[in-house]
Amino acid sequence: MNPVIPPAEQLSLTLQELYRSYGYRQFKLSRFEEYDLYARYKSFLTSPQILTFTDQNGQLMALKPDVTLSIVRNTRPDGRTHKVWYTENVYRVPRNGSGFQEIMQTGLELIGQVDRYAMGEVLMLAARSLEAIGGSYVLELSHTGILTGVLEALSLSPAAAADILAAMGEKNAHGLAAICAREGLDDAARDLLAALCRLSGPAEDALAALRALPLPPAARQAAEELGSLLALLSRFGAYSVRLDMSLADGTGYYNGVLFRGYVNGVASAVLSGGRYDTLLHRMGREGGAIGFAVYMDELQRFLFRRPETDVDTLLVYSPWDDPAQVAATARRETEQGRTVRVQPAGETDVTYRRRIDAAGKEF
Amino acid sequence: MDYLNIALPKGRLGEKVYGLFAAAGYGCPAMLEPNRKLIFENEAAGVRYFWAKPSDVAIYVERGAADIGVAGKDILLEYEPDVYELMDLGLGRCRMCVAGFRDFRDDPARTLRVATKFPNITRAYYAARSRQIDVIHLNGSIELAPIVGLSDVILDIVETGKTLLENGLAPLETVSSISARLIANKARSKFVGHRIDELCGRIAPLLEAEESQ
Repeated sequence: MNPVIPPAEQLSLTLQELYRSYGYRQFKLSRFEEYDLYARYKSFLTSPQILTFTDQNGQLMALKPDVTLSIVRNTRPDGRTHKVWYTENVYRVPRNGSGFQEIMQTGLELIGQVDRYAMGEVLMLAARSLEAIGGSYVLELSHTGILTGVLEALSLSPAAAADILAAMGEKNAHGLAAICAREGLDDAARDLLAALCRLSGPAEDALAALRALPLPPAARQAAEELGSLLALLSRFGAYSVRLDMSLADGTGYYNGVLFRGYVNGVASAVLSGGRYDTLLHRMGREGGAIGFAVYMDELQRFLFRRPETDVDTLLVYSPWDDPAQVAATARRETEQGRTVRVQPAGETDVTYRRRIDAAGKEF
Repeated sequence: MDYLNIALPKGRLGEKVYGLFAAAGYGCPAMLEPNRKLIFENEAAGVRYFWAKPSDVAIYVERGAADIGVAGKDILLEYEPDVYELMDLGLGRCRMCVAGFRDFRDDPARTLRVATKFPNITRAYYAARSRQIDVIHLNGSIELAPIVGLSDVILDIVETGKTLLENGLAPLETVSSISARLIANKARSKFVGHRIDELCGRIAPLLEAEESQ
């Protein structure tokens, strides 16, 4: 490991290498975008607060809070499929907080023709991104079509459907039961929702449990798509994948497979992505899109390993030592691959492995 | 084996919750001894408890310092932490109410002044009714506000209603019912989920037994 490159940057380089190996091209963005873009698709953003400023022409600009919107807007709708990766900073207001944070994200987007292979490839790259972080990880999958299919079949009011989605996201079985009672849903509907709320586990078992549920046709189709994606993913290799139906989308921009990545030791998701044709269509574009981002800020603390000592060698000289000899000793240390701090006798602000004098003798 | 870290709310509610956990086989007798220790471990059961300020439990869980915790629904509604709400423990049951003088009549021509410890819940509640309000954020003795003319009504937790009654006030509207909830960190659930499930599985029958009494 190169000790000079900070661990988050190091990981970012590893990820770039991975995405490049599957033919993804780099996409570089400006730090700013017209505010208008975000105002129009505000509910797609994780935080509604955006940092804005006015440019010289009186145009309201924003420090970009999101990368996906900009990439979709800046890829030409030329009928081709674009596979791109990026490493960008985004600017967000922390949840329940004030001020703003600069967050580094590395991720990829596949825009154009999204078929089964393309989805499988993106899922595989997401799983391998998590692997690259190190330690144990979980890639958690869901499909918006399952819950949407079930809720549509129940013909609920939008407010009731939103309440159910929120309770699902919290795995709040008791809250879900209360909503079912309030909306006058029958036992079959209540039991199905409760079963979905509980449905979480290693991919194979959870998929079998999902297939065993009395799903309406649209939801069944979504479950089968999930099944075929899992089968494809296993052709790429063995990854730690789980299904969890509590992973739901509250924005309405995602359609299809939805996923999050977790690493043991980090308190929140470090990777998030999904299929977002709906966003594309609302922006007046044809085709499909799928992508994900890795949140480097969540990983900073996890990746950071304090070196045991600041330097290998502390070279201490005294006023009567010959500077030429000090220089020669210091040079020998670095030539032997050791880091050296040179200073006159006295207190030091660094930690070290060994201490030598001007002649190179340990003391 | 890794410990399952559990954040409990300091005070009466926390002691009741601990009683429930102990009955489920996750006891840690040192917890109830009068001392100043902050962290308690039961190696055999693989659990580590700590007492936190009730309104902070959700923060410990959301940020993963605790895997699970117990917090009042009022706290969850106010701060909306990104956590799983796995169970309603049914303890510390009370209501969140709008309260005021018994004969209070809302004058829609004026902005309603509401004193509360829960500004977010208050804003959401009145926004849903398109009622313009002035939120007065207080940290305690909320009942005092209407009496001294600081606010028109209050939005607060009502347990028995005795404090309200003694001061000539009464609950006017119920905002939601409150009780203690078992919450879990989402990311940690992916790695220690089986242990959390096991704990829930042992507590659920105790709650049912309590319910049927």
